[in-house]
Amino acid sequence: MKKIVPWVLVVVFAGWVLSTLHHPPETGFHTRDFGRLPVLLGGRVQPLDSVARNTLLQIRERQSVDELSATAWLMETMMAPDRADKLDVFRIDNLELLNLLQLSERQKYYSFDQIQPHLDDISRQAQRINNTDDASHTAFERQLLKLDNALELYQRLKLSLCPANTTDFAGQLADYEQAIPAGVAAAQAREAGKSYDQAAFTRLLDFLSSYNDLSKYAYPLMVPPAPDAKSRADWQNIGQSLMNVVHGSDLSPAVKAYAAMETAYNQNQPAAFNQALDDYHQWLGEWFVPETRQGVQEFFFNEFQPFYKAIFIYVTAFLLAIFALLTFALAPKLSEMLRRSAFWLVVLGAVIHTFGLVFRMWLEGRPPVTNLYSSAIFIGWGCVILGIILERVFAVGLGSAVASFAGFVTLVIAHNLSMDGDTMEMLRAVLDTNFWLATHVVVVTLGYASTFMAGLLGVTYVLLGLFTPLLKQKSGDLELGKVLAKMTYAIVCFAALFSFTGTVLGGIWADQSWGRFWGWDPKENGALLIVLWNAAILHARWGGLIRERGLMNMVIFGNIVTSWSWFGVNMLGIGLHSYGFMDAAFKWLVLFVSSQVALIILGLLPPGMWKSFQTPPRPAGP
Amino acid sequence: MLLERLIKFFTSLRLTVVLLVLSLVLVFIGTLGEVHLGLYKAQTEFFRSFFIYWHPSNAAWKIPVFPGGYLLGAALLLNLVSAHISRFKFSRDKIGLWIIHAGLILLILGQLATDMLAVESQMHLRQGQMKNYSESDRLDELAITDITDKKLETVVAIPQRLLAGKGDLRNDPLPFVVRVKEFYANSQLSTNAAPGLARVNADSGFGASLWWKPLPRETAMDRRDMPSALVEIVTPQGSLGTWLVSDWLEQPQTFIAGSHTFQMQLRSERFYLPFSLRLLQFHHDVYEGTDIPKNFSSQLLLNRPDTGERRNVLIYMNNPLRYDGRTFYQASFDTDNAGTILQVVKNPGWLTPYLACVLIATGMVVQFLSHLIPFLRRRRS
Repeated sequence: MKKIVPWVLVVVFAGWVLSTLHHPPETGFHTRDFGRLPVLLGGRVQPLDSVARNTLLQIRERQSVDELSATAWLMETMMAPDRADKLDVFRIDNLELLNLLQLSERQKYYSFDQIQPHLDDISRQAQRINNTDDASHTAFERQLLKLDNALELYQRLKLSLCPANTTDFAGQLADYEQAIPAGVAAAQAREAGKSYDQAAFTRLLDFLSSYNDLSKYAYPLMVPPAPDAKSRADWQNIGQSLMNVVHGSDLSPAVKAYAAMETAYNQNQPAAFNQALDDYHQWLGEWFVPETRQGVQEFFFNEFQPFYKAIFIYVTAFLLAIFALLTFALAPKLSEMLRRSAFWLVVLGAVIHTFGLVFRMWLEGRPPVTNLYSSAIFIGWGCVILGIILERVFAVGLGSAVASFAGFVTLVIAHNLSMDGDTMEMLRAVLDTNFWLATHVVVVTLGYASTFMAGLLGVTYVLLGLFTPLLKQKSGDLELGKVLAKMTYAIVCFAALFSFTGTVLGGIWADQSWGRFWGWDPKENGALLIVLWNAAILHARWGGLIRERGLMNMVIFGNIVTSWSWFGVNMLGIGLHSYGFMDAAFKWLVLFVSSQVALIILGLLPPGMWKSFQTPPRPAGP
Repeated sequence: MLLERLIKFFTSLRLTVVLLVLSLVLVFIGTLGEVHLGLYKAQTEFFRSFFIYWHPSNAAWKIPVFPGGYLLGAALLLNLVSAHISRFKFSRDKIGLWIIHAGLILLILGQLATDMLAVESQMHLRQGQMKNYSESDRLDELAITDITDKKLETVVAIPQRLLAGKGDLRNDPLPFVVRVKEFYANSQLSTNAAPGLARVNADSGFGASLWWKPLPRETAMDRRDMPSALVEIVTPQGSLGTWLVSDWLEQPQTFIAGSHTFQMQLRSERFYLPFSLRLLQFHHDVYEGTDIPKNFSSQLLLNRPDTGERRNVLIYMNNPLRYDGRTFYQASFDTDNAGTILQVVKNPGWLTPYLACVLIATGMVVQFLSHLIPFLRRRRS
């Protein structure tokens, strides 16, 4: 029983994870194949599916529109915008904004058709707000700016594949190609001041003016460079590509393929659509091997969603670990079974987490941490690995509990950070160095992770000590409280080592790139705070100034210090590291800090009030 | 008795912890200070100081309320050194800690040396332009150039700190006294009258038709002060007139004293180099289809007349030019992409963090092994 249950659980969860990899063949339009098509956006090649998901995250805070997948929604938006305009995709929560738009508060998501009458009003307000200081924006103004941005993205997507009001793009292209010779001849004659064919000239001009709009507004660049082009980065949007035809370039097979798909989609002919799609994939596969691979692999990653799966597994593991701790004294056998189950589930979660982390690194060709989003993923990963090691050394269930909790929380934070758009965005010039990203950033992030880990152990100690008698419970030769203290001390040593090394490496990077080892930049100061605090804990411990409880209270304060350096300094909005400025997170930071202060106050309560330290009433003597 | 107590106090771990916590508080409030004071001013007030002072607004007095960076650094250093001296006992499991702390001492001293000795300046080059000097991004100087001899110009530069003291300034080659009648460390000029602006009391040069007012000092890292001053040139024969000199005025002003012709200009303080750099090409690459910068680079021609050295150099992000004890970094650029701004750092102590880093890393490895090996031995037996 003790051994079977954990294995059954792991097999069930692993089976669930693997089962999501299997997809039945698609009937109707091959949406998933469409989602795999590579395009260029934000300076990098990515599948259309990523464009769809990242846009939806920004405008709807979800990766799908009810039962419509992100790519299916993108197809509607690009090829049948009239239908897309009726879908509820804009998330608006602010009541003042809803009032302005005269919308009812009962919905959470609103359609473009509902918002359209107020477009002018919105853009006028947005212009005014953009001219004022960021810090002074009210919740209403922030939400309005967000909506304005969402509307812009949406309208650009609508004008990415074909001009507005097109239902037969393939037919239109044929007309365009036909109109070119006569139109160009007319234009040349007109230029030369000779008599010219007015009708042919206007006809071509009409085409060009609508393609000009397309070239100005298109969002992703969907047309790959010609196979013999000098630069593989020279992607164009469909509008540009069409305009170039007048100057004698050939019509790109990509444009022809998208046009054929558009026509088939509007005439509801899945077979023709799929044929055009397949042909295009084949053409891409011949000339654009790395781009196609990038599209396919990233599509797989998007669909697999390893981090969401890991969240689910971590939550389950955490609950099991808590039950294991609570039943520790009452039902040791049950507790041991739960503990093992929790441990192996954490390991499974870690495997999936690691898979996601490594897959992302491979997709990007980068070390693990490149922005705030990936720092959350990596801090979680570091905590989980540390927790697993702790659980291997001290098999009492605490390591699993802390690991799964940290993994769960950091992945949720990462999910919220992903709302800002592409999480694999290209790196600005100064950050474009794999060497320093791999050394300084990784080490300093591990410093954050281990400091948080120590803090979590401290929180566990205070909660268990105050509300349960568990700290005095023997586990092997040691009391649980002593085990926790040992774990915490070891982790603080790690934290001091990592944060110090990481900070010094950062200084050396700074010296290399702008000649200052130390510039008192807020983010540098944040890292220094962590170093100072860990050093203070260690010296206080060595000097005998603190014992178990003191250590725990100090490491909990470490949580506050670390959250400040991780998020707080970014909110200051100054300095060289202000890449992740955000204000929505501010209230969460305040909440977190107050909770930690509350825990420290609890931790300072006299031992008599701790359930673990109350001497049990002696049995009455004879 | 007293000495013993003093030694005990200075060598105690309790003091270490107190100092570390005070440093933590200092760094935190310093960071907050940077938000409204700007990086530069906050640094001087919080980190490059012995005390942080508090004073009510507009009061002339101030009281120290918190130890500053210098004081805490010195105290930590004293604590560290004295603890090691008084408790020095050679033992194998302490070697690692010794090396780590030696590295820390080197790091702190090296940063102090940097603080004292490093000179940072900037070099702004337009495409094709050549310069053999860099300029201070904070301070100005009043340059008075004798241009009588077309082949040889003699320059006398009066640094800002002397101008700020006002009064009469004499310099040997100059046949006159520069009388600084007014000096604004940061200022605004205007050609029209407006509320708050005063008429410039100049009777010669551009200033005679201008209005001005003093402005508060700039505290942000990316903006600079624009000083202006009112100077009178006084020869033994009497005054030649009063001029407005200002960083806002891009052209020098000419006057004649005796048989010599002079030009006078208030400009960024210059640091001359024994070589020159010419900007051949500046590149600002962006990622395709975006305006996210991918790389900034400056292609330069380095020319050193005294050695005949003449070669092309390329400076780009994370790849500076180290030459002649100075380091040139790609710092910024002109918005039209036709000019580059290089950060020029002369820091004799630049190697110390690297050495400290090696020491500390060695110490950590030694410390780790000295615990690990006995642990493994115990396990084996």
